[in-house]
Amino acid sequence: MSIASTDPGQVSLAGLDELWFQVAGTRCNLACTHCFISCSPHNDSFGFLSMEVVRKSLIESVGWGVREYYFTGGEPFLNPDLVEMLVLALEYGPATVLTNATVLKDEWLERLRGAEEQGRYSLEFRVSIDGPDAATNDPIRGEGTFDRAMCGVERLVRHGVLPIITMTRTWAEADDQRVLSRFRDVLAQHGCDRPRLKVLPRLLIGAEAIRTCGYGKTDRVSARMLDGYDSDQLICSHSRTVTDSGVFVCPILLDEPSARLGGTLAEADRSFTLDHGACVTCYQYGAICTNPSGQSYEQMGGGAGGVAT
Amino acid sequence: MRLAFFGGLYSNYLALEAAIADAKRRDVQKVFCLGDMGAFGPHPDRVVSLLRDADVTCVQGNYDDSIGNELADCQCGYTDPRDNLFAQISYDYTLEKTSPDHRRWLRELPASLDLERSGVRMHLCHGSPRRTNEFLWESTASDAFLDRLIEPTGAEVVLGTHTGLHWTRTTPRGRRFVNVGVLGRPANDGRTNVWYTLVDLSEHRAGAGPGVEVEFVPVEYDFGRLSDEMRQEGLPGEFVTTIESGWWTTCLEVLPSRERRRGRY
Repeated sequence: MSIASTDPGQVSLAGLDELWFQVAGTRCNLACTHCFISCSPHNDSFGFLSMEVVRKSLIESVGWGVREYYFTGGEPFLNPDLVEMLVLALEYGPATVLTNATVLKDEWLERLRGAEEQGRYSLEFRVSIDGPDAATNDPIRGEGTFDRAMCGVERLVRHGVLPIITMTRTWAEADDQRVLSRFRDVLAQHGCDRPRLKVLPRLLIGAEAIRTCGYGKTDRVSARMLDGYDSDQLICSHSRTVTDSGVFVCPILLDEPSARLGGTLAEADRSFTLDHGACVTCYQYGAICTNPSGQSYEQMGGGAGGVAT
Repeated sequence: MRLAFFGGLYSNYLALEAAIADAKRRDVQKVFCLGDMGAFGPHPDRVVSLLRDADVTCVQGNYDDSIGNELADCQCGYTDPRDNLFAQISYDYTLEKTSPDHRRWLRELPASLDLERSGVRMHLCHGSPRRTNEFLWESTASDAFLDRLIEPTGAEVVLGTHTGLHWTRTTPRGRRFVNVGVLGRPANDGRTNVWYTLVDLSEHRAGAGPGVEVEFVPVEYDFGRLSDEMRQEGLPGEFVTTIESGWWTTCLEVLPSRERRRGRY
């Protein structure tokens, strides 16, 4: 049977490498104008995850051979149980928390750094700051948020954290090197002289679709586009996201009913149809949600395996 | 039975010579190399000649795949543009200086090897059993994940390299993963030596499981001579600094936080 050019691509779960927890739901102390799930203090589409759900999921994740855990929102630190959730997760594997760094407290960081030092796994802090200065960041994230986030970075550094700084590109892609270079200088001035930087593409859904524009009807990943494509670059081939409303295919498509794959991880172990504009952005840029240490690039060629005698 | 494993030669032929000699002194019966012969250092043909002359059994790394197939880059997967700039200088140099015969040899290396010695089944790969250029860091590989990776190989011990940092762990299911380290550059610990791995195997005993002893061996070599040659060949000064200081100056962006904290940069 031939594949029609309009057939959407499908991606199955090759293995559950990353388990995401939508731990703060869509609740955030900020209301960024590019947020792909429109998080704000008033968005209750998704609520906080309970400690019990996280605990059960961690236990269940062992059987899936999960490599690492991500905690996101909204702003994860709004969930009063987050610190203990992260401490628990570190007993199972490496954990990453995605924060805007504006609400951090010293006692939380002391507890988390202590847990990391006592265990064997890394705890990563991924801090969202959308540019190397207030003029770039604040129109997106809110007035004063650049300074507040940099204070958060300073606090993290004081506790020995080496943050990953992520920025959503609101400049021309050709300007990336200039922005990154400037960002390194600014971070160094704030005591953060060993940052890991990650530039993220804009996802034209949620608030961003209103701020700029959304995807067109033809912005879809077709089955033919997946021919010869390394599906490992797509988060849906190796991740699932636990929310208070079931398990979703990824942390991006929470507003899409078809992205809810079931109530449990077992139910969510099925293929996903890439019938959404945002899938094109994942396809185009690849590995946009993963930490730099967990990425692997498409491998060309390579010899077959052998048996030594 | 005693076996020696190393990887990540990065053209450091002086360290390779020292490691092979050290393994001989320790009555090693067979030597294995888990790939990435070129990069970073000078005169890439020299390590390949040494490997072939010493009858080292080799697995292909991502770098070997790139050089062997004359690809555009090393497929190292760096995220920092600065790393990619240095990597490209090094890659272009290595590709140019690798003879056609050695390129062919690199191209034909197997991506993995399965072997059984003293009743112990082993799987040899470069990055991970499922992907040549997958980074398996000690602090980002959960027990459950290691078990999932090892399971399909049917092996009791999986050996890899690729990250540049040696480590080992026995999983709750009793399987062993060993990152054998690299001979090409120091382990980001402020020391100039590099590392290889000895594995001592003993027959299964009832109820005791396979006998597998892993020892990481430091290798001293003439790093001053290597750094002089790197300068003479016009290789990046940042690479020379790493050889002379023992601290990584590049490829830092891919390090998880625990591993990054141990280094200076």
